[in-house]
Amino acid sequence: MNILVCISKSPDTTSKIAFTDGNTKFDENGVQYIVNPYDEWYSLVRALEIKESLGGNVTIITVGNTGDEAIIRKALAIGADNAVRIDAEPIDAFYVASQIATYAKKNNFDLILTGKETINYNGSQVGGMIAEHLELPYVSLASKLDVAGNVLTLEQEIVGGVQVVEVATPVVVSCAKGMAEQRIPNMRGIMAARTKPLEVIAPESLDLFTQFEAYSLPDAKKACTMIDPMNMESLVELLHNEAKVI
Amino acid sequence: MKTLVYINNNHFSAKASFEAVTYAKKLGGEVVVITYGDSTGAELLGAYGATKVLVDSSLANADEQQITRLVASAVESTGAEVIVFSHDLVAKAVAPRLSVRLKAGLVSGAIALPETANGFTCKVNVFSGKAFATVSVKTTVKIISLLPNSIQPENIGGSAVVETFNGNTGESSIKVVSTKKPEGNIPLPEAELVVSAGRGLKGPENWGIVEDLASALGAATACSRPVADIGWRPHHEHVGQTGVAIRPNLYIAAGISGAIQHLAGVNGSKVIVVINSDPEAPFFKAADYGIVGDAFDVLPKLTEAIKKFKNAN
Repeated sequence: MNILVCISKSPDTTSKIAFTDGNTKFDENGVQYIVNPYDEWYSLVRALEIKESLGGNVTIITVGNTGDEAIIRKALAIGADNAVRIDAEPIDAFYVASQIATYAKKNNFDLILTGKETINYNGSQVGGMIAEHLELPYVSLASKLDVAGNVLTLEQEIVGGVQVVEVATPVVVSCAKGMAEQRIPNMRGIMAARTKPLEVIAPESLDLFTQFEAYSLPDAKKACTMIDPMNMESLVELLHNEAKVI
Repeated sequence: MKTLVYINNNHFSAKASFEAVTYAKKLGGEVVVITYGDSTGAELLGAYGATKVLVDSSLANADEQQITRLVASAVESTGAEVIVFSHDLVAKAVAPRLSVRLKAGLVSGAIALPETANGFTCKVNVFSGKAFATVSVKTTVKIISLLPNSIQPENIGGSAVVETFNGNTGESSIKVVSTKKPEGNIPLPEAELVVSAGRGLKGPENWGIVEDLASALGAATACSRPVADIGWRPHHEHVGQTGVAIRPNLYIAAGISGAIQHLAGVNGSKVIVVINSDPEAPFFKAADYGIVGDAFDVLPKLTEAIKKFKNAN
């Protein structure tokens, strides 16, 4: 099975979130970038498991600049066979999805995987957009994926429950928790990653649909009001009269 | 200007649907709803500002590719310039598809009405709720996927005209083998009040006191990741970075320390109450009200106090 795994960089979960240039840019000062956890733990690892049992090839793709090579090498160290970097700033989901779709159109993939969302933009858009560009079915938020021939059986979260679906390849799937377990790259993987092929492709030019204009931080929380555990009536009173939530 | 709102089949009395229609109404133009399946009760959406509900009754079930085609044909036939979704699991698959299909900019997870004085900008949650971003949409047709609990539904009375619509939705390429929906629960992302507990509860047999409080409040129940991982509670209750992100009016957390991954799923809550026996638990830093105490004592006392309050009001 020929699998394309879309990866994105995201700031480490514990990063301090701050902005510069008049709140128009994310402050990268001191920020450690990682492979977006949903892309790495779920999509990439499940792709590798499928390849290990059925054979095939796992290509990773990202839209980003030279600074992203660290996360690309990490994904190769975990076990992807080759990598593609589209040499551009990932401006918004539409831009990223369109660039990936253009590459995918020229290369026949049976399965295209994304994470359920990135932990920085949380848009959950790229998978659906790629699917529409390629006119393929899209199974979002899948927590299980099994392959039999060219038919996939997937479990996915739906409004108010879960469902099991079957779909024939080619297909786009976004991966959520349950899909696979995180893998830590070993020394052999890290050494091998250095020589695995990384293709750098120029982006196609596109009209942009949206733009991130500015950022802001939530108002600082006022200090927590401590309440006597013996006096829950006072909590109820505060929730009703002060917080007005009950 | 016309605004089209997509509503899931049979969701005519769901709070999330009222929110989406109210939001559309506040944009100022005529509001038309597109849906499919059974049309019973569709006229109810008129009370929130819809003048017309278009129903494709030829479809009982639809996959997201079919829903995309349905909404696209409704946009074409109504000439709508803004399309509003409630940001649920269907919208997360359909809105991006529609964005590509219609060449329409998408605001994913909007939390407020757009500013239209100078262009069209909308506020969204980013960095797992740790920041907000203002997104401008540059296309003529715009799609907004609205996060639940971002706007108060406004019932202005009235009834919508229900019309049959043929969406040319084609065949489904996805075969549904089985569906499992737990009965009677309030869906977590829509819940206004949530009671959640973690490992501090010591075992699944102790969840009665959590459920008692939830039922006294009319709240949904949730849990932390470790509790779902060891199987004390079902996975759909897990809130946090890898689980469900929620933003209720009130989030009560008992026996949850408040790891950053948990906070990422709940920091959009308007009011957070933390109950923990450890006064150093990091969750207190994110809380509005804190109680240092044993959940086994505090939860039943709080349940009693809530019941007393409900009886008196």
